[in-house]
Amino acid sequence: MERARQAGEILNARDLGVVACTRCAQVWPIGTRACNRCGHRVYHRDVKSLQRVWALWLVGLMCYIPANLYPMLRTRTLLTVQESTIVGGAIELIEYGSVGVALIILIASVAIPLAKFMAIAFLAISVTRPSTVSKNQRQLLYEVVEYIGRWSMIDIFVVAILSSLVQLNVLVAISPGPASLFFALSVIFTMLSAQAFDSRMIWDAQRWRKGKKDHE
Amino acid sequence: MSASAANPREDLIVCPKCDAAYALVRPAPGERAVCHRCHTVLITPRRKAGVQIIALSFAILVLITAAAIFPFLSVSVGGARNTVSVLDAALAFSDGPLIVLSLTTAALIIFIPLTRVLLSLYVLIPIVLDKPPARHAAQAFRLAEALRPWSMAEIFAIGCAVALVKISDLAEVGFGPAFWLFAGLVVLVVVQDNFLCRWSVWNALGKPAKS
Repeated sequence: MERARQAGEILNARDLGVVACTRCAQVWPIGTRACNRCGHRVYHRDVKSLQRVWALWLVGLMCYIPANLYPMLRTRTLLTVQESTIVGGAIELIEYGSVGVALIILIASVAIPLAKFMAIAFLAISVTRPSTVSKNQRQLLYEVVEYIGRWSMIDIFVVAILSSLVQLNVLVAISPGPASLFFALSVIFTMLSAQAFDSRMIWDAQRWRKGKKDHE
Repeated sequence: MSASAANPREDLIVCPKCDAAYALVRPAPGERAVCHRCHTVLITPRRKAGVQIIALSFAILVLITAAAIFPFLSVSVGGARNTVSVLDAALAFSDGPLIVLSLTTAALIIFIPLTRVLLSLYVLIPIVLDKPPARHAAQAFRLAEALRPWSMAEIFAIGCAVALVKISDLAEVGFGPAFWLFAGLVVLVVVQDNFLCRWSVWNALGKPAKS
């Protein structure tokens, strides 16, 4: 099954004096500026990558705060107008007795976004200093973050479906609150932040430290 | 260090995720080349994958258009009734600054998947017909790949399920034809994505026109 095989220790492309295009995986000799096949910029390691990760991470985090403070849904019934935030809505559901749905909402809109912020921060820190977590585990963590990131948009889609569907004249109408905009922005910026992270750095860190020690 | 006009190293393959370098051994159709270090799949050639992907793309094209227009879901409580299409749902955030969100959702659910399908048809049809790659095919494929994480039809489908659970106590919910079209669409999008061997496409695009 696995044919791409090499005897002994696996070498990094940089040790062989080559660099791969991150977009189309064409291999070029070191010193190549742009990939001749797909036109993407070719670089060894993106040195500014971490700055972009942190900048986008911060914007994502800043958007996440109003996303929790403002109401996500505005439910207008015959007599009352009710506004609920993400956490407020979940607490209401618990009071009504649907603990299961409330738990799903809390996990999907609170626990996972927070875990994502922490995971990206951890990855970004771990490539600049010694880490006790193995490279394979960090690579796995990165892939999980990249995979799960998109799924946070599910909240926005639920709000969109609810507020377009539940428009029943005077009886009941649901409309989106300002938190939906901030939540969507937060998800988008966290996704961009994860994408900006050059995962090849995970596999460099050790080598880079060894090299540094040798010089000292 | 050679200059920028150097030749590519055709004998090597490098894992784009962890930078591990391997001597290139092309797997036979049905086999897979996997990075030993981080287990990223590098090459997955399939026999006739091109034709299958093109067929799937046309199916997706038809389904997206139909799913966007036909009634998607309907809801009724005590005589009052409301029917919406996928476009209505995407455009739910229509008041004030939330209009930005409306446009984003519409793009994520309908227009980005649509663009990706059109781009992949544009790139793959000449390759499958053994013609030289279409003009700017490399850029087109690059764009299609860049848009991949932003194509969220399947997430919207799960969002529907959650929303239905939420309101099923309050109101009676009915499914329109677009609901089933959309369900089929999601399956096809996922299958199409898994059929596509990126390395093989790039390899075909990199070759100068063979005629």
